[in-house]
Amino acid sequence: MSTTSNAPRTALSGWGRTAPSVATLVPAGTDEDVRRAVLGAGDRGVLARGLARSYGDSAQNGGGTVLDMTAAARVLSIDTTTGLVSAEAGVSLDTLVRVLLPLGLFVPVLPGTRQVTLGGAIAADIHGKNHHVKGSFGNHVVSLDLMTADGQVRTLTPEGAPRLFWATVGGMGLTGVVLRATVRAVPVETAYFSVDTERATDLDDLMARLQADDDQYTYSVAWIDLVAKGSSTGRAVLTRGWSARRDQLPKKLVDKPYHFAPRSLFTAPDVFPSGLLNRATITAFNEAYYRRAPKEQRGAIQSIGQFFHPLDIAKDWNRVYGRRGFLQYQFVVPFGQEDAMRRAVARLSQAGTASFLAVLKRFGPGNEGFLSFPTPGWTLALDIPVGAGLGKLLDELDELVVEAGGRLYLAKDSRATAATLHQMYPRVDEWRAVRDEVDPQRVFTSDQAKRLDL
Amino acid sequence: MDAVGDVQRVLLLGGTSEIGLAVVRRLAGERKVAVVLAGRPTPRLDETAQELRGEGHAVEVVGFDGTDRASWAPAVESSFSGGDVDVAVVAFGALGDAERDWQDAAAAADLVTVNTTAPVALGVDVAARFRRQGHGAFVVLSSVAGERPRRSNFAYGATKAGLDAFFTGLREALRPEGIRVLVVRPGFVRTKMTEGLSAAPLAVDAAAVAEAAVTGLRGGRETVWVPGAMRYVMSILRHVPSAIFRRLPI
Ligand SMILES: Cc1cc2nc3c(=O)[nH]c(=O)nc-3n(C[C@H](O)[C@H](O)[C@H](O)COP(=O)(O)OP(=O)(O)OC[C@H]3O[C@@H](n4cnc5c(N)ncnc54)[C@H](O)[C@@H]3O)c2cc1C
Ligand SMILES: NC(=O)c1ccc[n+]([C@@H]2O[C@H](COP(=O)([O-])OP(=O)(O)OC[C@H]3O[C@@H](n4cnc5c(N)ncnc54)[C@H](OP(=O)(O)O)[C@@H]3O)[C@@H](O)[C@H]2O)c1
Repeated sequence: MSTTSNAPRTALSGWGRTAPSVATLVPAGTDEDVRRAVLGAGDRGVLARGLARSYGDSAQNGGGTVLDMTAAARVLSIDTTTGLVSAEAGVSLDTLVRVLLPLGLFVPVLPGTRQVTLGGAIAADIHGKNHHVKGSFGNHVVSLDLMTADGQVRTLTPEGAPRLFWATVGGMGLTGVVLRATVRAVPVETAYFSVDTERATDLDDLMARLQADDDQYTYSVAWIDLVAKGSSTGRAVLTRGWSARRDQLPKKLVDKPYHFAPRSLFTAPDVFPSGLLNRATITAFNEAYYRRAPKEQRGAIQSIGQFFHPLDIAKDWNRVYGRRGFLQYQFVVPFGQEDAMRRAVARLSQAGTASFLAVLKRFGPGNEGFLSFPTPGWTLALDIPVGAGLGKLLDELDELVVEAGGRLYLAKDSRATAATLHQMYPRVDEWRAVRDEVDPQRVFTSDQAKRLDL
Repeated sequence: MDAVGDVQRVLLLGGTSEIGLAVVRRLAGERKVAVVLAGRPTPRLDETAQELRGEGHAVEVVGFDGTDRASWAPAVESSFSGGDVDVAVVAFGALGDAERDWQDAAAAADLVTVNTTAPVALGVDVAARFRRQGHGAFVVLSSVAGERPRRSNFAYGATKAGLDAFFTGLREALRPEGIRVLVVRPGFVRTKMTEGLSAAPLAVDAAAVAEAAVTGLRGGRETVWVPGAMRYVMSILRHVPSAIFRRLPI
C-alpha cells in the first residue's frame, strides 16, 4: 500500500461536478511531499491537482493519490527587465496578475477564469483571447521543473529537452508533477483594456468579421447565441481589444493605471435544484446579453474583470446548474471546415441544449505540444447542463468534429471515448512513446487517462 | 461512468439474465463498451457473449455458479483484472418451486444460497474492489416479492428480502466512499424465468425494467419499483392486516 494511506480519502470532482471519484488527497507543500507520494504510489497511481477548474475528470484519480498542488503557491522571483517570472506550480494566475500588475507586467495568457494554477495552465496548455496572435500558455514557458516517476527533478526547457517539455505542456499531468515554472510576462502600461464591441447578425457574418481583421487585435472573442431561433441562430456579440495605453485612460483612472481590485459579489448557494436553469431563463439571459451589447462601440475602457471574466463575480457559480452538474463541450475545427461549424451550431441549437455562454474564437497557429488543443481554426465552447439524451447528442457531434479533422479540449472533456479521442489527436502515439520512456509503469494516471486510454 | 452517465466497463453477474442484459444494453446506449459476463459456464452464456460481440461490444466471460461457494471470489477477481468496473449488475437468481421450497430442506437451502448468500458474498467482494478503485455503482435486482411475503411464493420472497436488506444497508456503508447502490424492485417481468406462468397484473418486460433502472441510476435514485406504480401498491400491501392480506388473490 502507499505510504499515504492514512491521509484522508476525499470525493473529488471537476468544475462541472459530474462523476466524482474518491482518492487520497495529499497536500504537496514541498518537493519532498511530492517525492514521497510518487515513490510510495500504490498501483492506483498519483496525479497532481490544481484549482480543479478543468470541467471533467482530468484532475481526479479514483482509488489513488491526488496531490493538492495549491499547498505550494509562492512567487519565487520576478525580473522586471526581462519579464521572467518564476513561481511554484500551485500559484494561481489570479495571484500572478495581482503581483505582476504593479510592476507593469501581465500574464501572457489568461483563460476565462483567473482561478487556475500555473501547473494546471501548463498541463492543459491553456489558451486565452489572444491565442490567434500569441499562441497558448506553453509558448510562454521558458523552463519548468518536473518531478518524474523516478523521483528525480528535471529542469526542462523547450530547447534542452523538447520532447519531454512538449509532452508535459498539454500532457494533463501524465508525465509527472510540475513543481515550478518560469514564464515570460508581457509589459503593459495599464490594468485596462481598450475594447471594440460589435454585433454580428449570424454565424456567417461573425466568421466573416473575424476573418477580416481579427489579427489587428491582441484579444478577441465572440459570445454567440445558440438559443435564439430561426435566422437569429448564431447571432453574436464580438468583443476585441488591446491592452490600454496610459493616454487612453479616462481622467479618474490615470492616477492609478494598475489598479486591480476584483471582488466576489456573492457566492452561489449550494441549493440550486437541477433544472432551475431551464430554457426560459437561459433564453432570457441570452436575449438580454445580445440587446445590452452596443451595436458598435470603439475604444471603451474595461477592467480585467469586465473584459475577461464576467462570470467570476459570482463565486462558485457552477452550483447554479444543480445536482446533476454540467459539462462544457469545446471543440476546434480547422479553417476551411466552416460548414462543420455551421452544422454543429445548428445541431446544438435544434437540440435545445440551453447554454448560458457559448463562445466562439478564431485560433492562430498551434505549438509543439503533442496533446495541445489549439490548432488553426474555429473553436466553440459552451456549457450544457447534464440531462437525458445529452450523451448521444455529443457523440454525434464528436463524429462531426472527427470528420472535419477537429478535436475536443481535454481540460473540458468529461465524456468522450478513447476511440474518438485517439482519432482527434494524431500525435497521441508519439506522446505515449515519450511518456512511456519517463513513466513506463504509468505511475501518473487520472480517471480521464483511464477513460481515454492515454 | 462519465459525466453523462455513459459507462466504459460493466459487470453482469448472471450473464444470461434477460433483465440483466437489457440493463447492460441500455447502459451502453449506442456506444460500444466492455462487458464482463459472469455466470454458469453453459452454451447459453457463450452464445450471449457472441451476440454482444456481434453488436460491437468487447466481451469477457467469467464462470461461477451460485451454488458453488469456491467459485465466487475468483470470479470477482478475474472480473476486475481487465480494468475498472463502472457498474456491477447483480441479476442472477432462481425462482425455485414455491411448494417444494418450503417442504424440502435441501431445496430451500439451495434457493437461499443462490438468491441471497451468493449475491451477498459476491457483493462484498465487488464492494471491496469498488472502494479500491474509488468509484463504482451496483444495480441490484431485488423483487417486490421481498417486500411482504405471500403464501404463494414466500421462500423466493424471503431470499429477495434478505438480498434487498443487505444491499440497502450496504448503500449506507458505501456512501462515504462515493459508491452507489441502486436496488431495483420489479413486479412480474415477462422473461424466461416466468415463462409459462400467467402474467400478474402490472406485468412488464425486461426493457421496461432496464429503462427504469438506468434512468434511476443516472438520476441519482436509490430504489426503483417497476412499474413505478408498484411502489404505491406495495406500500399499501405492506400495511394490510394479515387477516385480509391472506385472502387477497395475489
Ligand atoms: C470558468 C472557466 C473558464 C475557463 N476558460 C478557459 C479558457 O478560456 N481557456 C482555457 O484554455 N481553459 C479554460 N478553462 C479551463 C482551465 O483553464 C483548465 O482546465 C486549467 O487546466 C485549470 O487549471 P487548474 O489549476 O484548475 O487545474 P486542474 O483542473 O486542477 O487540473 C487540470 C489538469 O492539470 C494537471 N495539473 C494541475 N497541476 C499540475 C501540476 N502542478 N503538475 C502537473 N500537472 C498538473 C492535472 O493533473 C489535470 O490533468 C476554464 C475553466 C473554467 C472553470
Ligand atoms: N422475471 C421476473 O418476473 C422478476 C421479477 C422480479 C425480480 N426478478 C429478478 O431479476 C433477476 C433476473 O431475472 P430474469 O427475469 O432476467 O430471469 P432469467 O433471464 O431467467 O435470468 C436468471 C439468471 O440467473 C442465473 N442463475 C440461475 N441460477 C444460477 C446459479 N445457480 N448460478 C449462477 N447463475 C444462476 C441464470 O443463469 P443460467 O443461464 O445459467 O440459468 C440467469 O442468468 C433475478 O434475480 C430475478 O429474481 C425477476
